[in-house]
Amino acid sequence: MAVTKKKLVDLYTRTLKVRLFEEKVWDLFGENLVPGTLHLYLGQEAVAAGVTAALKKSDWVQSTHRGHGHVVAKGADMKAALAELLGKRTGSCKGKGGSMHITEFKAGVLGATGVVASGLPIAAGAALSCQMRGTKEVVACFFGDGASNNGTFGESLNMSAIWKLPVIWIVENNFYAMGTPITLTCPSQSIAQRAEAYCIPGCVVDGNNAVEVYEATLEAVKRAREGGGPSLIECQTYRMRGHSRFDPAKYRPKEEVDFWLSKDAVEIIQSIALEKKALTRKEAKDIRKKLQKEVDSAADFAVKSEYPEPQEALDDVFAEVA
Amino acid sequence: MTEKTYRDALKEGLREEMLRDERVFIMGEDVGRNWGGAFKVTKGLAEEFGDDRVRDTPISENTIAGAALGAAITGLIPVAEIMFGDLITLAMDQVCNQAAKMRYMFGGQTSVPLVLRSVFGGGKSIASHHSQSLEAWFMHTPGLKIAVPSFAYDVKGLIKTAIRDPDPVMFFEHKLVYDRKEEVPEEEYLIPFGEARVHREGDDVTIWGTFFMVHKAIEAADELAKQGISAEVIDPRTLVPLDKKTLIDSVKKTGRLVLVTEETKTGATTAEIAAIVQEEAFDWLDAPIKRVNAPDTPVPFSPPLEQYFIPDKERIISAVREIV
Repeated sequence: MAVTKKKLVDLYTRTLKVRLFEEKVWDLFGENLVPGTLHLYLGQEAVAAGVTAALKKSDWVQSTHRGHGHVVAKGADMKAALAELLGKRTGSCKGKGGSMHITEFKAGVLGATGVVASGLPIAAGAALSCQMRGTKEVVACFFGDGASNNGTFGESLNMSAIWKLPVIWIVENNFYAMGTPITLTCPSQSIAQRAEAYCIPGCVVDGNNAVEVYEATLEAVKRAREGGGPSLIECQTYRMRGHSRFDPAKYRPKEEVDFWLSKDAVEIIQSIALEKKALTRKEAKDIRKKLQKEVDSAADFAVKSEYPEPQEALDDVFAEVA
Repeated sequence: MTEKTYRDALKEGLREEMLRDERVFIMGEDVGRNWGGAFKVTKGLAEEFGDDRVRDTPISENTIAGAALGAAITGLIPVAEIMFGDLITLAMDQVCNQAAKMRYMFGGQTSVPLVLRSVFGGGKSIASHHSQSLEAWFMHTPGLKIAVPSFAYDVKGLIKTAIRDPDPVMFFEHKLVYDRKEEVPEEEYLIPFGEARVHREGDDVTIWGTFFMVHKAIEAADELAKQGISAEVIDPRTLVPLDKKTLIDSVKKTGRLVLVTEETKTGATTAEIAAIVQEEAFDWLDAPIKRVNAPDTPVPFSPPLEQYFIPDKERIISAVREIV
């Protein structure tokens, strides 16, 4: 394995950070502090961690409706992220976006979106911009198995292929589009095999194993940066909880749930890091303690922050008053 | 001053901005060297600026609009073309859910310097999927600016302003005006958004209209003048932002208002303008506001049917005569 010890620690830290962030969100939701709905990233942490660990800070990610993990893993400020989920003025979007639009541009997040599959064209355009400006930056675009059945999937993969755009298409296959299983919506064994139709490389990886995700992404990033064009990586993973805040996900068979819960993303990367002696148990525990403290203080900041004044609803429609 | 067609004035505006700022580029279906745009607006630009900056795309409207958006928020200034206004229906998510809302829902984190050009209107017997006037849909979507130039002078000054604007601009043209000529200055000029153009000054009635109907309204005003009725003709040039002042001041002077567009009547921009005027100038109105629009049907194909559908000079004149 080519992954360095330092990178294993990075992968462990990113995966755990997303996990602790989402657990905190769940707690805050339990305290009735999160308005609206939530699409938790719990269970899929290794995907965001593995992908973002293969990117530079100046690279971009395009997120989805299940976007907290992408934003946190890419390095967004957790204080502003949590404040946004709570609808506070100090939120990264000043309380205008919430869970489905959680975004931090300066951390390299192009946006989270409430419309499934709407991020793919935007990612293609950002990649076109990187290519035309000659920046050598790349774009990683996250989307789900559900999105892969939308027209933008075909349009955007095709456009990225003909123009050799520096974009990595990351499909997070959690096997359910809300409650509809992929067996009812996709005729093929994998989504990755659709890459062949666009003459780009495609592969399937264990999306709960941050190292596998990282290695596949790293190869795709290298290809993209060198002008070799896009790739499609299917990360097979699973939601620990339901689709959204009130969904108990009873439509999933118990054996299936048990199988995936036994493949816990944090435990997997921790055991790899321990086995490769990238970390000692104590170091792993110390990292957890430090991250927990960071998340707790972010939550404290978010809870104590002010709500926007009602009339702030009128700001930011245009750059200046029209 | 030189007389130029609307098409050439528009092309000149695009060309000047591409020379001024290398971030500006054009993308769309058949905009490149083989075709030069369905209405030949971009003809010759690929030869001058290269195929990267005048970029032919697959027939993928939603991704054309979305990719233009992605490019706009990461340092470029795209001018995307959707070949016919009717086809923006295929890109509505990227236009109305994404581009229009991006600055707002991300709390002002990003500007969206995107121009989306397209063309509306009938008169060419190309039927229901290539002839509609859908500008009201976008006027109803907060976050979009909307330019509706009808003359060569306006289209050049407005496209340059649109390209320099930090917000998404829907830049709508009309099929029947590309060959119309007007004097255009040699020196550079820009036209600010939100400033109407008064084509005829008058005291008896105000006629407010857009696109090809401005041309028809001018013809109507000239004929009404011979009949002793003095009509003021206002072309808003942009719908968002909207020059309310010029319109309201005119209504306060004339006391009568006729609104004329090629849109189907229900929910048209004319309905919004009528509502604004009754809110802001009710006491100055001496007669009901008249609306001259197309009937609430799809755009028909056969010439006699289409001619019946599109408002003309006579209908404008008779609407004026009903209230003057």
